[in-house]
Amino acid sequence: MTKHAFADAGTLLGRSLRHITRSPDTIITTALTPIAMMLLFVYVLGGAIRTGTDNYVNYVLPGIMVMAIASGIAYTALRLFTDMKSGIFERFQSMPIARSAVLWAHVGTSMVANMLTMVIILGVAFVMGFRTSADLGAWLAVAGILALLTLALTWLAVIPGLAAQTMEGATGFSYPLIFLPFISSAFAPTETMPGPVRAFAENQPVTSIVNTIQALFAGQPVGDDIWVALAWCVGILVASYVAAMAVYRRKIS
Amino acid sequence: MSATASISVRGLEKSYKDNQVLRGVDFEVARGTIFALLGSNGAGKTTAVRILSTLLKPDAGAALVEDASVVEEAQRVREAISLTGQFAAVDEILTGRENLILVAKLRHLPSPGDVADGLLKRFDLVEAGGRKVATYSGGMRRRLDIAMSLIGSPSVIFLDEPTTGLDPEARLEVWRVVRELTAQGTTVLLTTQYLEEAEQLADRIAILHGGTIIANGTLAELKAMLPPAKVEYVEKQPSLEEIFLSLTGSTQAGTHQGGQS
Repeated sequence: MTKHAFADAGTLLGRSLRHITRSPDTIITTALTPIAMMLLFVYVLGGAIRTGTDNYVNYVLPGIMVMAIASGIAYTALRLFTDMKSGIFERFQSMPIARSAVLWAHVGTSMVANMLTMVIILGVAFVMGFRTSADLGAWLAVAGILALLTLALTWLAVIPGLAAQTMEGATGFSYPLIFLPFISSAFAPTETMPGPVRAFAENQPVTSIVNTIQALFAGQPVGDDIWVALAWCVGILVASYVAAMAVYRRKIS
Repeated sequence: MSATASISVRGLEKSYKDNQVLRGVDFEVARGTIFALLGSNGAGKTTAVRILSTLLKPDAGAALVEDASVVEEAQRVREAISLTGQFAAVDEILTGRENLILVAKLRHLPSPGDVADGLLKRFDLVEAGGRKVATYSGGMRRRLDIAMSLIGSPSVIFLDEPTTGLDPEARLEVWRVVRELTAQGTTVLLTTQYLEEAEQLADRIAILHGGTIIANGTLAELKAMLPPAKVEYVEKQPSLEEIFLSLTGSTQAGTHQGGQS
């Protein structure tokens, strides 16, 4: 029964990627808000923030990327929700195809779309003065962490995509995620934050991810942050995948 | 269960929380025939179709489609069937041709493009084939939807209220397509709330009411269940059409048209 699983997932991935090429606005709007934030922080607020580095673009870029991924995955929930409501989901489920292929196609689409968004944001950051001493290994490590984060958050997005009753419900879950970078080391060092806020900021996933990417771009040792970041990503991925599959099984039986 | 049955249902039960939708449904559909499941809104027609098309598990009872159990051998059932749901399940962003190719690829057919072109021709969608489905009319969407269901030549097709929301002309088109299907030996299970649709299309009609089948037979058999026809004399007022035709002098067309009752 899973003989064609990869072929089916590939066919469905092609379909869903075509949705993106037909409406590239989804990628542009996903990139636009984080880019506006980057402009705001670098040219308006950045001058007043003491980060201990002389290049503030270098400092904010990782947080901006996390923010873009958090808003990009909302489209996975939206596309899945649309499929559920339109009946095409049921058509696929009543066909002799690997049933998980439908979900993996959406997950794959999210990976591609978010990668494109990352390229756009990186391009703007270079124009704004982003410079890095990262070697190939460091670049691959950055790409790997961002891909893992995207995968984890996309599976998280599958849950509301399957379970939501309204379009607002399907996409609303991403707002807290988009704001999470603000209460982290993404825009300002955590040292100046009051006790409880600092405790939260230092122990939530964005800080370890941002610190790791900042270090990789700066060509510095990443320390323990990379393990904390990986643990967060894998933890979110496993928990979201298990929960998403549980919701999926309930939906299709 | 008879050897020629394509679909066979025994004691099917399904509840949603406290609402018992199906309370022991039994029926059989002979291979290559059209079977209409007739019922009002909320009678459980869609629930029955969802169970038979492996989208929903029954609480009790057994259902076989082409000799495979819809619960234990769901994948074998999916090989044999095709579902056209209540709302046209088409991809709005893709073109009509791309929708057909998508399904042909998922059915692992050798040349998806040729399959798509053949169906576009057959369903009179050649010109619209390259346009996004979002621009299609309701009737065109339904035609594409049914065309997608025919890919891979399934031996059983479920049509859940195929003409709901269609204008009369589009309805006639769908009827024509359904009649063509059985000519090729396909078994069709159709649900409808339109009595005329069942009368026009079905070899057998079952009435689903209160969660059970309360009547099941050919149209003639169902008619025979009622008291024999009475002859009554009713004064017949001329219709506007007859007045119009007699005034304009084309009486010949009038008698021809009047023969429908």
